Amino acid sequence: MRTITVNDAVGEALAEEMRRDPRVLIFGEGVATKRHDLLAEFGAARVRNTPLAEGIIAGTAVGAAATGLRPVVDLLFAPFLCFAMDEIVNSAGKLRYLSGGQFAFPMVVLALSGAGWGVGAQHNHNLEAWFAHAPGLKVVMPSNAADFKGLLKAAIRDDNPVLFFMDLALGFQPGEVPQHEHLVPIGRAATVRGGSDLTLISYAKTVHTCMEAAHRLAEIGVSAEVIDLRSLKPLDEGAILRSVGKTGRVVVVHEASRSCGIGAEVAALVAEHAFASLRAPVVRLTGPDAPAPASFPLEQAFVPQADAIVSAAMKLFADIGSATSVTHADFPLEPA
Amino acid sequence: MTQQPDRASPLAMLETMMLIRAYEETIVAMSEAGTGPGSCTSVGQEASAVGVVHALGAHDRILTNHRSAGHLLARGADPGRMLAEVLGRRDGYCKGKSGHLHISAKALGVILTSTIVGGELSLATGVALSQKMLAEDDGIVVCFFGDGAACEGVFHESLNLATVWELPILYVCENNQWQAFVHRRETMPVDEVRHWAAAHAIDSRSVDGNDVEAVHAAAREAVGRIRETGKPMFLETLTYRLRGHFEPDDQSYVDPAELAAWQARDPIALLQRRLLARDELTAAQLRTIERNVRARLDDATLFAEASPFPDISELITDIYA
Ligand SMILES: Cc1ncc(C[n+]2csc(CCOP(=O)(O)OP(=O)(O)O)c2C)c(N)n1
Repeated sequence: MRTITVNDAVGEALAEEMRRDPRVLIFGEGVATKRHDLLAEFGAARVRNTPLAEGIIAGTAVGAAATGLRPVVDLLFAPFLCFAMDEIVNSAGKLRYLSGGQFAFPMVVLALSGAGWGVGAQHNHNLEAWFAHAPGLKVVMPSNAADFKGLLKAAIRDDNPVLFFMDLALGFQPGEVPQHEHLVPIGRAATVRGGSDLTLISYAKTVHTCMEAAHRLAEIGVSAEVIDLRSLKPLDEGAILRSVGKTGRVVVVHEASRSCGIGAEVAALVAEHAFASLRAPVVRLTGPDAPAPASFPLEQAFVPQADAIVSAAMKLFADIGSATSVTHADFPLEPA
Repeated sequence: MTQQPDRASPLAMLETMMLIRAYEETIVAMSEAGTGPGSCTSVGQEASAVGVVHALGAHDRILTNHRSAGHLLARGADPGRMLAEVLGRRDGYCKGKSGHLHISAKALGVILTSTIVGGELSLATGVALSQKMLAEDDGIVVCFFGDGAACEGVFHESLNLATVWELPILYVCENNQWQAFVHRRETMPVDEVRHWAAAHAIDSRSVDGNDVEAVHAAAREAVGRIRETGKPMFLETLTYRLRGHFEPDDQSYVDPAELAAWQARDPIALLQRRLLARDELTAAQLRTIERNVRARLDDATLFAEASPFPDISELITDIYA
């Protein structure tokens, strides 16, 4: 197996799918400028720069998808999705249903987010849960180069609109990616570390934090399983419930803020379907309900760290029998 | 694209306009009787719909807004299936899931009725991109929207992209002077949207939207130009919303003098008078058209009311492909 970066994995996925299917095209602000390899290979009709206008970029993708093309649009940073909400939520997500199934919307929206570059809250805002809440959309957020490639290829082949969130801190992270055709099915989580005492559930960069925490927990005799959700919608409920059925303890970790986040969905799922297996309350470790700061130490403090995961995990063992005293996270919900 | 010659004839256009009016009146009657929902009617705007849609070929595609019944019927939609959709029945164009506000009909090339004001503008560019990149014919895209939609930011985004990407779109702004309950003069410094369009370097014209022959001539010319050049054009039909925004609406906020002036220019009465005067229509022919249209609507109503409601299991179908 060879090692490439996440950015290269994304580039490979795009090139392979454009080669495979002439209906695939990509456009966005600066796409043709930055992705000159694609431009050189596929030409200006299929690799396009656009005006600075996220609404019409997304809307154009929706209209094109309805009528035979398979667009990928790069909307750059997740907060810019706010300018394209109508097109993504009201059109891409709803028009198949409203048309009684006459139209399909095979399109992919790329967006970067997350801490790591100190870009501050108008470039860094993990909005993935918003889209998981909207009908008709799929949402993925991978954690490693192989999954970036495999999920992006699957997203491009999917006949539905897929929001493809890219944790920007991972761009230059190397990872092993198979040389041959590599697809990762949307909707399937990965158990990235087996364990029996506790399940750490995460996605994107905090999967790596969970791995570090699991490693440290192992050193003190706690066996943590780590699940990388990869797909946030559809959520791999089976994988979550199977693991909880085994371990009885769950810590959900994500950088996005807690309120109505993916962690809330996982916690509710576990409460509804695996309550009897639980040996301790579900714990969420998330970013605070605050805009993301630019200052390096503040930005780092925003993101759940391995120390917090280890101590939250240890509490679950200390608190057997007195579950109500468990605090939920490293950022308690304090009224202002 | 060969155009059915009779579709372009004033008599054919009159019949379609009368069909649209009868359809809208049927819906108003249902809503007043409590047997149907409220709706946004296109009463008063029939000439705009028919003049443009009768100028299209079979491979052209349409996106439109919440006042779309005229566009759909002019395109040849079955009034029975449309009414079934309005009533939320299984035989509607969208299985009853759209209601009157989102009807699309893929087989007719009607990609979208958007009730997000401006949604049609945001998708039209993509549909035109597909036409340009995939189609083997010279089909174009027609995008109908109102003067209110022109106040949305996406109007400018759409026109700008269509210009720089050279997309084959005929933008048809149906300027009916109203933006729901707000008069157009309260929201725009100019009377005609074409001034805004022209700023995007699009060939932009306006036409008397209550004169179907004028609309048809302008649309035909524009469609021909777009097929030739592949570039977008903008056509504004100056017209008036003769009924309220959404039924029921007592129009108490409408200046009676303005309404009366436009009622005197009712596009259907205008065409009838003109054709009678030109001896292209007889009183007997007119009665025949009236009877035909009435009969079609009666059949349509029977069909729609007989159509069953969708099975409850349809609640969660058609969400994903
Ligand atoms: C984004 C959005 N804003 C507001 C509305 C409410 N609304 C529905 S129709 C309408 C008026 C639209 O005016 P115009 O585009 O001129 O079309 P008209 O109704 O006059 O045909 C409004 C404000 C909406 N449906 N969508």
